[in-house]
Amino acid sequence: MAIEAPVLTTQDLTIRFGGHVAVDQVSCAFERGTLTAIVGPNGAGKTTYFNLISGQLRAYSGTVTLNGEDITRLGVPERCDRGIGRAFQLTNLFPTLSVRENVRLVVQAQARRGFDLFSRADSHIELIERAEHVLAEVHLLDQADQPVSALPHGDQRKLEVAMMIALAPQVLMFDEPTAGMSVDEVPVILDLIRELKNDRDRTILLVEHKMDVIRSLADRIIVLHNGQLVADGDPAEVMKSPIVQEAYLGNAPEDGQEAPAKSASEEVARG
Amino acid sequence: MINRLLSGDRPRSRLLAGVLALILIGLAFAPFLFPGTKSLDTAARICIFIVLAASYDLLLGYTGVVSFAHTMFFGIGAYGTALALSSLGPSFTAIVLGTAGGTAIAAALALAIGLFSLRVKAIFFAMVTLAVASAFAVLVSQLSGLTGGEDGLTYKIPRALGPAFKLMDGKIFGVRINGRLLCYYLVFFSALVLFLGLLRVVNSPFGRTLKAVRDNAFRAEAIGYRVVWYRTTATVLSAAVAALAGALLAIWIRYTGPATTLSMEIMIDILLMVVIGGMGTMYGAVIGATLFILAQTYLQTLMASAEHATEALPLIPLLVAPERWLLWLGMLFILSVYFFPDGVVGRLRSRR
Ligand SMILES: Nc1ncnc2c1ncn2[C@@H]1O[C@H](COP(=O)(O)OP(=O)(O)O)[C@@H](O)[C@H]1O
Ligand SMILES: [Mg+2]
Repeated sequence: MAIEAPVLTTQDLTIRFGGHVAVDQVSCAFERGTLTAIVGPNGAGKTTYFNLISGQLRAYSGTVTLNGEDITRLGVPERCDRGIGRAFQLTNLFPTLSVRENVRLVVQAQARRGFDLFSRADSHIELIERAEHVLAEVHLLDQADQPVSALPHGDQRKLEVAMMIALAPQVLMFDEPTAGMSVDEVPVILDLIRELKNDRDRTILLVEHKMDVIRSLADRIIVLHNGQLVADGDPAEVMKSPIVQEAYLGNAPEDGQEAPAKSASEEVARG
Repeated sequence: MINRLLSGDRPRSRLLAGVLALILIGLAFAPFLFPGTKSLDTAARICIFIVLAASYDLLLGYTGVVSFAHTMFFGIGAYGTALALSSLGPSFTAIVLGTAGGTAIAAALALAIGLFSLRVKAIFFAMVTLAVASAFAVLVSQLSGLTGGEDGLTYKIPRALGPAFKLMDGKIFGVRINGRLLCYYLVFFSALVLFLGLLRVVNSPFGRTLKAVRDNAFRAEAIGYRVVWYRTTATVLSAAVAALAGALLAIWIRYTGPATTLSMEIMIDILLMVVIGGMGTMYGAVIGATLFILAQTYLQTLMASAEHATEALPLIPLLVAPERWLLWLGMLFILSVYFFPDGVVGRLRSRR
């Protein structure tokens, strides 16, 4: 079996905020068709690592490479064009627009129709149909006409996943997609991510705290701690390693309980 | 048919549709419904300010960008036409050249300001537009050899647009069919076409993207939209349409000066028209501009008659004296913003 070059690589990726090194020389390669879970305690630098890959933050040093191209200096939309899709930890949608319009905008961006000034947006039926198709997949078609701001939190999280499905990027990054969701809503999100994973062309990065989720989805786990990559490997192996037991799980039992209580007040770098 | 002209963007409220139809009919038949120089002048200014406010709404309401340079672009269009008419003489060629030149300059200046300052925070763009607009106003008053300084420019327009040009003898419904009437319809139809054009733009894929940029620029970037380019294009488009509105004003009043085009007062007026009418709706500009120009023109008259009517009472005549009209106008605005935070259009739509 020929070894394929990794889709995404970070090499010595580093960023500091003042004196604080939030991501510290992280080198990691992600293969096509794999799902990598990224774990670590609050403030470990997981979201910041994502921001460096999708371009919301610029690296202090080190590089990000996508399909052999150095994208470290590119802006957010340029990276999106090249196949990096990013879902956000804090809900980050278009609040006054309808649910359908949120997804339609993604489809429209994919179709490169944004600079069409003189046709009517509602005449591009194929874009609307594609958006509605995705909404049906995430069971939000009934709410299509509602403004996003009127949607309950769980549905907003589903919409966030719908935006990723519509964007259909090569690399998908999910930042705690199930955070703040009720227990019975979580499986819906997981099924959606699993379905994305079944498409072998996609490379998925998933920040998640729920151990059972990781166990059922991840091909690999990397552990960040104080901005450093401290463990990397097979899920079963990594979860057993002392560093994870100590640094991340505390003294949580082996049976896959949730990580120690975490606050929801994490910041996404906003422009 | 109507739906197509409106680019599918219907008023979505019976009452709003009724009010808009009333305004449209009133403006379309203004020379016949409201004969007289003053009322025709009011109707023409309403047409022009609808376009001006609508082009500002493209920026403020749809893109979420605050600019203080809108009157500058309006003025550039007006001065372009005015300079061409006064230097080349009263011909249609001069009008076309002046309008095209003014619009091109306005668009180029908007592009430069946009590229220079829209990369940074929105407040920076607002400050830059304020600075550039003030500098431009000073420049216009300094270059009095060219622009007539504070006195402005007075010029002739083509004879076919003047009152002396008779299309036919006699009158229709008691109205003379002359060049002035022709000029009004030039203003009216240009305004109508420009407004419908803007309505198309805001309902295009581009217009939808502007709303996304306004709602959440951060996310718009993350799904692949180059936010700076969208904001800049909206700025250029809005400046070009403002310049065209300026050209219409220059043709209609046959005079162009700082007070009628460049003043900060007009800038505030436009802002209020859009906010009172309802931001991000286009129709708000129609309602806002109409209400505003009517109030500006007739409030004083109304108050004078109120003063007469209440002569016998204490205090009240003092309050309604015509000199106090600005006070009352201000009160009306505060009240309308308080009671209709989403503007008149937002209010009417939420009633249904
Ligand atoms: N924009 C920023 N400015 C300053 N400090 C930041 C910024 N973003 C994140 N940090 C800091 O970087 C560290 C890592 O944060 P983050 O990546 O959000 O952690 P995680 O997602 O793993 O919980 C934290 O200490 C946080 O306070
Ligand atoms: Mg985080």
